[in-house]
Amino acid sequence: MAQTTDISFKPETFELIQKITKRYPEGKHKSALIPVLHIAQAEFGGWLSPQTMDLVAEVLRLKPIEVYEVASFYSMFNLQPVGKCLIEVCRTSSCWLCGAEDIIDHLEHKLNIKVGETTSDGMFTLKAVECLGSCGTAPMMQVGADYHENLSIEKVDNLVDGFKQENKQSRYC
Amino acid sequence: MSRKLLLKNDHVPGIATLKTYKENGGYTTMEKALKTMSPDALLEEVKTSGLRGRGGAGFPTGMKWSFLAKPEGVPRYLVVNADESEPGTFKDRYLMERIPHLLIEGMVISSFTLGANSAYIYIRGEYFYVSRILEQAIDEAYAAGLLGKNILGTGYDLDIYVQVGAGAYICGEETALLESLEGKRGNPRIKPPFPAIAGLYGCPTVVNNVETIAALVPIIELGGAEYAKIGIGRSTGTKLISASGHINKPGVYEIELGLPVEEFIYSEEYCGGIKGGRKMKAVVAGGSSVPILPTELILKTAAGEPRLMSYESLGEGGFVSGTMLGSGGFIVMDEDTSIVKNLYTFSRFYHHESCGQCSPCREGTGWMEKILHKILEGKGTLKDIDLLWDIQSKIEGKTICPLGEAAAWPVAAAIRHFRPEFEAYVTNPESIKDVKHYYRLNPTV
Amino acid sequence: MVKLTIDDIPVEVPKGTTILQAARLIGGDVTPPAMCYYSKLKTSGGYCRTCIVKVEQGSEKDPRPIPKPVASCRTEVAEGMVVRNITSPENLEARAGVVELLLVNHPLDCPVCDQAGECHLQDLAYENGKEETRFEFERREFDPIDIGDKIKLHMNRCIMCFRCVKVADQITDGRCHGVINRGDAAEISTYIEKAIDNDFSGNVIDVCPVGALTDRTFRFKSRVWYTKPVDAHRDCDKCCGKVRLWNQGEEVLRVTARKDQWGEVMDNEDGSTAWICNECRFDKKHINDWTVEGPSEINRHSVISANHYDTLRNIKLDTLRMLGGKPHGEKVDLGIGALDPNNQHKQ
Repeated sequence: MAQTTDISFKPETFELIQKITKRYPEGKHKSALIPVLHIAQAEFGGWLSPQTMDLVAEVLRLKPIEVYEVASFYSMFNLQPVGKCLIEVCRTSSCWLCGAEDIIDHLEHKLNIKVGETTSDGMFTLKAVECLGSCGTAPMMQVGADYHENLSIEKVDNLVDGFKQENKQSRYC
Repeated sequence: MSRKLLLKNDHVPGIATLKTYKENGGYTTMEKALKTMSPDALLEEVKTSGLRGRGGAGFPTGMKWSFLAKPEGVPRYLVVNADESEPGTFKDRYLMERIPHLLIEGMVISSFTLGANSAYIYIRGEYFYVSRILEQAIDEAYAAGLLGKNILGTGYDLDIYVQVGAGAYICGEETALLESLEGKRGNPRIKPPFPAIAGLYGCPTVVNNVETIAALVPIIELGGAEYAKIGIGRSTGTKLISASGHINKPGVYEIELGLPVEEFIYSEEYCGGIKGGRKMKAVVAGGSSVPILPTELILKTAAGEPRLMSYESLGEGGFVSGTMLGSGGFIVMDEDTSIVKNLYTFSRFYHHESCGQCSPCREGTGWMEKILHKILEGKGTLKDIDLLWDIQSKIEGKTICPLGEAAAWPVAAAIRHFRPEFEAYVTNPESIKDVKHYYRLNPTV
Repeated sequence: MVKLTIDDIPVEVPKGTTILQAARLIGGDVTPPAMCYYSKLKTSGGYCRTCIVKVEQGSEKDPRPIPKPVASCRTEVAEGMVVRNITSPENLEARAGVVELLLVNHPLDCPVCDQAGECHLQDLAYENGKEETRFEFERREFDPIDIGDKIKLHMNRCIMCFRCVKVADQITDGRCHGVINRGDAAEISTYIEKAIDNDFSGNVIDVCPVGALTDRTFRFKSRVWYTKPVDAHRDCDKCCGKVRLWNQGEEVLRVTARKDQWGEVMDNEDGSTAWICNECRFDKKHINDWTVEGPSEINRHSVISANHYDTLRNIKLDTLRMLGGKPHGEKVDLGIGALDPNNQHKQ
């Protein structure tokens, strides 16, 4: 396949990808696509640009369209740039019953953005998402890969202030 | 105290480590199975136990396993469904996080029974930290010779891999899960063929829920017959229940099937009653897709019998007055809850999670969400309620996979049992103008 | 051979045949409509759910009914199976429901759609639809895009049959378009702008049951019922060279593959499918490029031969209603208003 991109994975990431492809039988390396997209998203700024997806296609010897099809199906893959710190608040039933809307309202107010937006300094992106399997510890939010549960307004304030202070970069995997 | 089989050691410090797990009797059942029992004998025990799939459908596990095709020279796979995405359900996460080795031990026994030498755990991408716990446990097991080649010198080989998803409820459907595991979009396959004939990579495959596979350990430890004595009727054994909503003690509880619902909700051992001493309005007993029931029908059947936590008792009365045990996702709502708004969160969820492959679900889920939104905004009409009913009936049973039913049933049940509330929304919109804040984080008690 | 009945009509077919194929052998009204199934494409079908039928008896051995309607295009026959299509009011009602759902996001742009007159969705709506739509929200919208200089994609009209994706997978040498996004946001796309460019890409137009993929070289040239189809061939080194020309006088307005009564591309004598190459389709627009064999036998989906549309006025009003529009008296012109059975012969 022609060189489609001028970016590349770090050598250690490349090695990890090779290791992952060995989990599957001969010729079934497409199975590595989702794990590798997670890795690519983490390595290239928390989102998947067409260029990043083309790199994944090249590394896994897939057609680019196969990668776009898969990446755009799953909600954890960001196909648009996101802030350094991605905050996703669950809003389905149990979380709603336990006050998720108040958490979302509070975050919108505190960050001065609406759901789906990124702060002008590029620090925070706020999303409202569907059930994350944390119903017994509702309300909750996920920041990058990390769960924060049993939220209250105070707890959210402390968390967000802390993220600001440490200039937190979300960890994706 | 109810008898505990899966969670008997969940509060032992360090139980997630191999060392502590073994000190508490871990992996002895696996050793017994591999060294003293044949796959056929193990399958018989599973059949005798009466174990039913814990993911939601409740299909007898032994029967599912007996369908597995065994052509010569073709690998077979065990795939553990750890996608757990049904709203209200978080038991598998708890089990994997607390006692990862129980799942691994169950997987070795199951794989040996099925004749599989490779097994995958497909876990939802959001449970990233849980996948790390599992991977760590798997590494420990390999190092101790409990996985890999020639396990415990028995000549049996098994490799276990953890595969993370990336955010798609539909991947909890077993064929969508297999597609996803093959690196594709999570579109459910058209059946037949079923996975038992052509599953992962076209090979015979068994897909089972985390809890189902973990239950293999107590079943083989006690023997199928002994296990079958626990529970009630055809609902044998214990079940993990995820309890959430307006209860004092949300969390994961292991119950013996047959426990009265009333005891589960109100006793201190379990949910501890309704928050703030308020009254209960409704319960979704088995995860978001099962019919919601008002208090009177969740505590007692239409015939006046106490409702029990079992497949049969919760199903008593069909969908007219009953519901389903489903995945055991138990969502409790107090007297202040808007059933319409709760339904809206469900319908929004199913709209978001429809894969888009077949037309009734792709088009119908979005339509239902839009109508519910209109009703919540106070712009609905009585006709809209009938239209909602009609749309759900046009989705149900017409789709490739059960997501159609999962999206249709909650709508049907909410209208069936709470029609006056829907009517209030459309005839007196003033009374709900505050709907966005219908339920506050810290409601005044 | 396997014996079964469909709407009480007995039929005998080889093992492995689907219910739909068995029904096609019987033909006529008992044949379920098929929007996504395409017998020439592997793994097609099962998605649109319009071909659903009721299986009243699963087989002789296991006479239990199948509890849910089944997709006849993906369900194999069994000995002693009893299938109901048009003799089951319940099944017709279920199909009408599917058709209504298929139409909720359809843009009703038949007046400006090149597919009008040979659109399977128009037929489906006419034959199975409801009088009017109950969908009152904004429809899903996408911008039309050019995928290459010869093919136009109107995603608004797409019903997600996946046929074009299967064509690209199965008969071209490299697929660069596919399905992106999920649920009702799913769309046929190349994701980043790319031309679909290979010798057989034009076949996506022929398999598209609606006006989502159309031939840019024919765009707005004529309504299809003003053209006269003739079968023709040429020596082609890429494909079978057997085509259908859609002419106005001596002018070749459009070239397509030849299609059978089900709207599918026909087979060659050797049993292979008579797909045509892009050169034949897009570049050979002179009558002298071709040896004309004679007038084409037109499939039932073409408004030209299908007299199942009653009269001029009924076509206008009914189609409008079926597609969910609201009649505004005589002002509405669906573009098929000029169709006059007498007029046709003058073309």
